[in-house]
Amino acid sequence: MYRYDEFDASFVNQRTEQFKDQVRRRLAGELSEDEFKPLRLMNGLYLQLHAYMLRVAIPYGTLNGRQMRKLAHIARTYDKGYGHFTTRQNIQFNWPKLEDTPKILEELAEVEMHAIQTSGNCIRNVTADHFAGAAADEIADPRPYAEILRQWSSLHPEFSFLPRKFKIAITGAPNDRAAVQVHDIGLQLTRNENGEIGFEVFVGGGLGRTPMIGRKVRDFLPEEDLLAYSEAILRVYNRYGRRDNKYKARIKILVHETGLDELKADIEAEFEKIRYGVLRLPDEEVRRIEAYFAPPPLEVGAATSGAVEARKASDAAFAQFVAHNLNPHRVPGYTSVTLSMKPIGGIPGDASDHQMDVIADLAEKFGHDELRISHEQNVILPHVKLDDLPALFDRLVAAEIAEGNAGLITDIIACPGMDYCALATARSIPVAQRISERFGTAERQAEIGELKIKISGCINACGHHHVGHIGILGLEKKGEEFYQVTLGGSANENASIGEIIGRGFSSEEVVDAIEKLVDTYLGLRVGKEETFLEAYRRIGEVPFKEALYGAA
Amino acid sequence: MKVITANRLLNGDVVWLAEGGAWVERITLASTFDGKDAVAEGLAEGAEAEKNQQVVGVYEMDVTVEDGVIVPVRLREKIRAKGPTTHPQFGKQAQAVSA
Repeated sequence: MYRYDEFDASFVNQRTEQFKDQVRRRLAGELSEDEFKPLRLMNGLYLQLHAYMLRVAIPYGTLNGRQMRKLAHIARTYDKGYGHFTTRQNIQFNWPKLEDTPKILEELAEVEMHAIQTSGNCIRNVTADHFAGAAADEIADPRPYAEILRQWSSLHPEFSFLPRKFKIAITGAPNDRAAVQVHDIGLQLTRNENGEIGFEVFVGGGLGRTPMIGRKVRDFLPEEDLLAYSEAILRVYNRYGRRDNKYKARIKILVHETGLDELKADIEAEFEKIRYGVLRLPDEEVRRIEAYFAPPPLEVGAATSGAVEARKASDAAFAQFVAHNLNPHRVPGYTSVTLSMKPIGGIPGDASDHQMDVIADLAEKFGHDELRISHEQNVILPHVKLDDLPALFDRLVAAEIAEGNAGLITDIIACPGMDYCALATARSIPVAQRISERFGTAERQAEIGELKIKISGCINACGHHHVGHIGILGLEKKGEEFYQVTLGGSANENASIGEIIGRGFSSEEVVDAIEKLVDTYLGLRVGKEETFLEAYRRIGEVPFKEALYGAA
Repeated sequence: MKVITANRLLNGDVVWLAEGGAWVERITLASTFDGKDAVAEGLAEGAEAEKNQQVVGVYEMDVTVEDGVIVPVRLREKIRAKGPTTHPQFGKQAQAVSA
């Protein structure tokens, strides 16, 4: 894992001290709320419906046991005993007091964490594939590049007042698990014909009220040009991005309004000016950063484990877990394990302080002290020995995080919605809970197979509903919650934006509507191997529409 | 009919303006305001409290009175007055005090 050098440590400590003084001045009346608000947002502190909310950055979703234990401690000491993993691999605390936040930031700094750039119109936490450094299909670990981008973007003076927020995602595998095509910049690691590492670059993807798939601006960007090219994109955006209307201020609108060719020419022209300057990445620096992410020593083992096979035969819940929650590891004898933060009928992404402590212990005992948070709001142990799975599973059962539902219909992404969020127009979590209960039996979930449901409580789309195979958007209509359903979205390498299927549903109706869609799929699929998304893409919306609204 | 609401600066708690300029943590104890002028006066009192670092984000919200009890009109405000519907053990709904 990356370790802070003296620059990282000193700027995080400086920011903590600055914020402490800003809070003091706010409470003393020396700063008005108008003056204070941008300062607190730059440190991840929001004011939500019931309380303040602190969003803590987990760079590219990677952390260790000690850091997870600190998050547990913060949940226990300064909050109400739980935290919420977000769709950008961060964690949110829902109840901190303003007066406690400087102390919380000090505690975070002790374990090399902070809340800088988790809000505001700046470059946000760079996200990455949660199986990075472990996945069998990986070309290279994307995290060294994410770390390089983090260092470049942290407190970047030119990009601290962008027209709007800016999100970068990177994946090192051809199977995109980081949703790179729905980010402002999406980076897909690739190799050219000489075997050299570089990036496919996408620009202008995004969700929110105007969802768009990113447009490719480079088939192969050499490694050494990563920062200069990113800087060129940001400069063009900073110069031409709209500041007159916050809803049209993201780079996706600029791409759309300017046209890809012209924008690409602007980026290339800017890039030419700076490509041989200070941002050209020296090879030895990339290799130095890469060394921080060196994989733990893993002994090659047998591709299957007798212990696992024996337990599968006698324990259906374990068999279900093994069938769905493991991702192939590049080293035989190992696997990456998804700890589902989606218990049946539970709140997607919530973890209690106790669960966080257990997860920290398990990372140290079974996972070479590595953890990942996925944008799907789950926790990953990236390097687990197959033979350890039965013992690990027993511990997960005891901590109630053993649901074998990763990638299934109950593995729902949901934003906090109107239960917490000041922007929300409807609740998300209760809808997720009712869907989870409706489909929650092991047999039914397994029968349905891969199906990603994503729920947002407002048009800002933190719940990624546009890229859900089934997306649900909560709105308010005549004072009542009202849910619009989209079908056919996807955030992987074949990304697509879901299409609205028809009129929306009341809170009472929406779960029945989802069930009708699922039943329609089950009736029409050519076989169990055809997923919901594949079936939808093959047959189109008509039968689904008829199931919901009757024949036209 | 309206009440004036905000969050307490120090801890973010949801509060409503009550008699004598107090900010109370239960909507049932809030003052109600009828008519444009009365609401404007309430908001002015709120603005003053904002200046004094007592509260942040002052605004007016619609309420009705049902069986003598003040009830918010919008679901958002109902949730603010009680706490997250998904966590009955947290927020005001968890406080064992009767109105």
